[in-house]
Amino acid sequence: MDIHKLVKMANEIAKFFEAEPDRAVAVEGVVGHLQRFWEPRMRRELLAHVEQTGGGDLRPLVVEAVRAIRK
Amino acid sequence: MYSVKEQDRGTPAKPGEATVTVTIDGHEVTVPEGTSVMRAAIDAGVRVPRLCATDTLDAFGSCRLCLVEIDGRRGYPASCTTAVAPGMKVRTQSPRLAQLRRNVMELYISDHPLDCLTCTANGNCELQEMAGVVGLREVRYAPGENHLAAKTDTSNPYFAFDPSKCIVCSRCVRACEDIQGTFALTVLGRGFDSVISPGKTAFMASECVSCGACVQACPTATLTEKSLIEHGQPDHTVKTTCAYCGVGCSFRAELKGDEVVRMVPDKDGGANHGHSCVKGRFAWGYATHADRITTPLVRKSIHDPWTAVSWDEAIAHAASEIKRIQATYGKDSVGGITSSRCTNEETFLVQKLVRTAFGNNNVDTCARVCHSPTGYGLKQTLGESAGTQDFDSVDHADCVIVVGANPTDAHPVFASHMKRRLREGCKLIVIDPRVIDLVHGPHVEADYHLQLRPGTNVAVINALAHVIVTEGLVAEDYVRARCELPAYEKWKAFISRPERSPEAMEPHTGVPAAKIRGAARLYASVPNAAIYYGLGVTEHSQGSTMVMGIANLAMCTGNLGRPGVGVNPLRGQNNVQGSCDMGSFPHELPGYRHVSDPAVRALFDAAWGVTVQPEPGLRIPNMFDAACDGSFKALYIQGEDVAQSDPDTQHVGRALASLECLIVQDLFLNETAKYAHVFLPGSSFLEKDGTFTNAERRINRVRKVMEPKAGLADWEVTCALARALGYPMSYDHPSQIMDEIARLTPTFTGVSYAKLDRLGSIQWPCNDAAPEGTPTMHVDQFVRGKGKFMLTEYVPTDERTSRKFPLLLTTGRILSQYNVGAQTRRTANIEWHHEDRLEIHPADAELRGVRDGDTVELESRAGVTVLRAHVTERIQPGVVYTTFHYPESGANVVTTDNSDWATNCPEYKVTAVQVRPASKPSAWQVSFREQDVAQKQLVPPKKA
Repeated sequence: MDIHKLVKMANEIAKFFEAEPDRAVAVEGVVGHLQRFWEPRMRRELLAHVEQTGGGDLRPLVVEAVRAIRK
Repeated sequence: MYSVKEQDRGTPAKPGEATVTVTIDGHEVTVPEGTSVMRAAIDAGVRVPRLCATDTLDAFGSCRLCLVEIDGRRGYPASCTTAVAPGMKVRTQSPRLAQLRRNVMELYISDHPLDCLTCTANGNCELQEMAGVVGLREVRYAPGENHLAAKTDTSNPYFAFDPSKCIVCSRCVRACEDIQGTFALTVLGRGFDSVISPGKTAFMASECVSCGACVQACPTATLTEKSLIEHGQPDHTVKTTCAYCGVGCSFRAELKGDEVVRMVPDKDGGANHGHSCVKGRFAWGYATHADRITTPLVRKSIHDPWTAVSWDEAIAHAASEIKRIQATYGKDSVGGITSSRCTNEETFLVQKLVRTAFGNNNVDTCARVCHSPTGYGLKQTLGESAGTQDFDSVDHADCVIVVGANPTDAHPVFASHMKRRLREGCKLIVIDPRVIDLVHGPHVEADYHLQLRPGTNVAVINALAHVIVTEGLVAEDYVRARCELPAYEKWKAFISRPERSPEAMEPHTGVPAAKIRGAARLYASVPNAAIYYGLGVTEHSQGSTMVMGIANLAMCTGNLGRPGVGVNPLRGQNNVQGSCDMGSFPHELPGYRHVSDPAVRALFDAAWGVTVQPEPGLRIPNMFDAACDGSFKALYIQGEDVAQSDPDTQHVGRALASLECLIVQDLFLNETAKYAHVFLPGSSFLEKDGTFTNAERRINRVRKVMEPKAGLADWEVTCALARALGYPMSYDHPSQIMDEIARLTPTFTGVSYAKLDRLGSIQWPCNDAAPEGTPTMHVDQFVRGKGKFMLTEYVPTDERTSRKFPLLLTTGRILSQYNVGAQTRRTANIEWHHEDRLEIHPADAELRGVRDGDTVELESRAGVTVLRAHVTERIQPGVVYTTFHYPESGANVVTTDNSDWATNCPEYKVTAVQVRPASKPSAWQVSFREQDVAQKQLVPPKKA
């Protein structure tokens, strides 16, 4: 799938949860959203993208969420 | 005229528990206080003659036929305008009354053509009936001045107006005013010169919206459906539900054999109470249109001619392709799309087929592109993905906010209901970039019109909430009793910050801060305030955020949980609510239960004999992306036209063209079918049994009035496909499918066809706690327990204007057309709207040298199309607007693939564009026309 589109979608999810003052809750929000609404191949490709590129084009909250999903 | 054999009680029912007992012709009867003598008489088994009275309109007292005698009262009062009083003794028959009534009838008949035998209303004419009832035997007046030569107005495609038969009872005028709220009709002249007129012009040139209320109210053949003129009186009726918008109007299909003579709105309909619009009332001819495909078709490639085959061959071929593709590319390479135009039972079966026979969760529904943010936003805040009220709730509202919705065009029957309340004094706040009809209408004027820039909804809703919180207008007791306090405190701090004030937001929204402050104070200060919203809320990159912002606003003012308040999504299509309820989303099983919940899956595993997958499937835009990527290869689409309705047409086209098997099930070879390999003929709402669920969660019965044109109803086709794939799926009747839904869905536990037949309709939840349904939700507590305030940061969309694209395009629909127009374009409704036009403000038009009616090019970052301009001040400078009812208009060639962050609902409402004069079609339109011609040549000729 078009990774640019997945990155854009993930960043938009992060922008919503960035309003949350508690960082842990915000990360949990992004993780939960990716897990509950993204089909596995989309998640896999996002995770692979972070793995391969470090996720420089992703907002920090997404990168943290990806790390949490990997655990 | 009213539906055949429909009882008319003369005057409307009076609410209230206090009763009065009266005696009418010796019969004692007890009725609610305020009831008319006429209506009480019917309860006593006595029918008083009448002409100007009808139970859908307030009493008028003009015909002088319903006179009665009342002990202790002088003269002969009209029974329609006289309310019952305790102990009243009424006589409806006496020699003097008979003489008076005959005299009145004699006057009417003296100026009425005596052509009963050849009259359309023969057998169902109230004038004819009353002449018989009063015993009229002669007309003593010599032929003199009369109206018998008055010409018939046939300009409206659906009904004729023959003034020679008019008795000037004003029922039509009153229906237009009181029921529809358009005020298009009036009585011109006085005395003998009085005539009914749509403003001294023909009906089609007038302000008439062709709702049919006047036609229905007419007691003679003056206003008559042309279909009735053509076919004659029907011989039986079947109650069913309209297949157009989310209002879900109940209709009586009046038939001769299996031929529909006319559709008449049902007075008992819980959603419409006997009213209708031009679509449901008249635009049903598409069901028998010559374009219907009634033979299954298959082809190897989308460039090959179609081959007509039997149902067995088509189903076997479709199943073999699904199996081949899954064997080659994996189980997750296929999916399905359910339709909001199909019944609950049909959408339930398509998602069941995907989850059982396909073995994955790749199922989605067209609600993805309209109200999926409603599902997400209301679930997060209130706990249930549905509107909170019934439509009648608006009768108790003191203020309504209409945001991102245009009810007079898209939900016209509810709009009429709302306008009645507005005329009674209810306050109105409109939040919309356009000057929609509700802003300035007949006897309706918005108290505030917050004419925001497209894409700034969240900034506005936050600013409204900011005023309420910072000015101490929060319903603190309600919030403390009903909502999660930590979340509320967090939200209160968030929303109170100065950067969310109306003043700070004004540069973004374009709405003067003072207006926001005034609107917020109004909404928060009345006893009951309600919010109604549409796709102008959801179809944004922050659609879900805005829905949550709306719920926040309602919670903080205590406007949830009783009549007159609430959060009310106006659903676009007839069964958007139902298709979502039925588990059409890739992450939810029926009843909005997430697929990751093992207890829920276990229930379905046991019932269906499969292992339901625990991971969410692909949403529609993800399916398209995966198709372009090569990992998604087959799609079964029931009753949707994604090639026209979904954004970024060229991307959708590339995705569909990359599929190895596209199965389209539809009434017509639609735009999507141009990319299909298998075409399965669909059945219209007249050809099957089932249920639709409207915007107020009301489950209404759809009843078959004719056999499916292609031999099978849609639900039967899905069953056949499942069986061909090796999954046993058989039902004798859709009622059995509903029984299965009820067994598996807690909010539907008490629903059955037998109960629907008994009650007429049911609003879910319907279960042991609410055996007859739930008109108002969240009464004592929210479905999730405590309401949850969500933080709704305003995030500007990525779709920005620039020097190259300086205008913002927003899209919508028009009264006479519906969605992609597949149905309405195949009716006479095209006389009102035969092409999509681009609305542009005079200042923007002048700057570009564009005049009204000119052809203009509309270009965005996604594509270019060409259409004609309509220069109007309805739209604000910097914004343009169009509809998407015609495929060749290419509105979605221009819209982008931006979408809501939570649900991927497309951002139809904000596209940066440029407009310039044009002299020829766009390259896409040339290509579209070539493809259209080529595909039509591939269709086999119909058998004679």
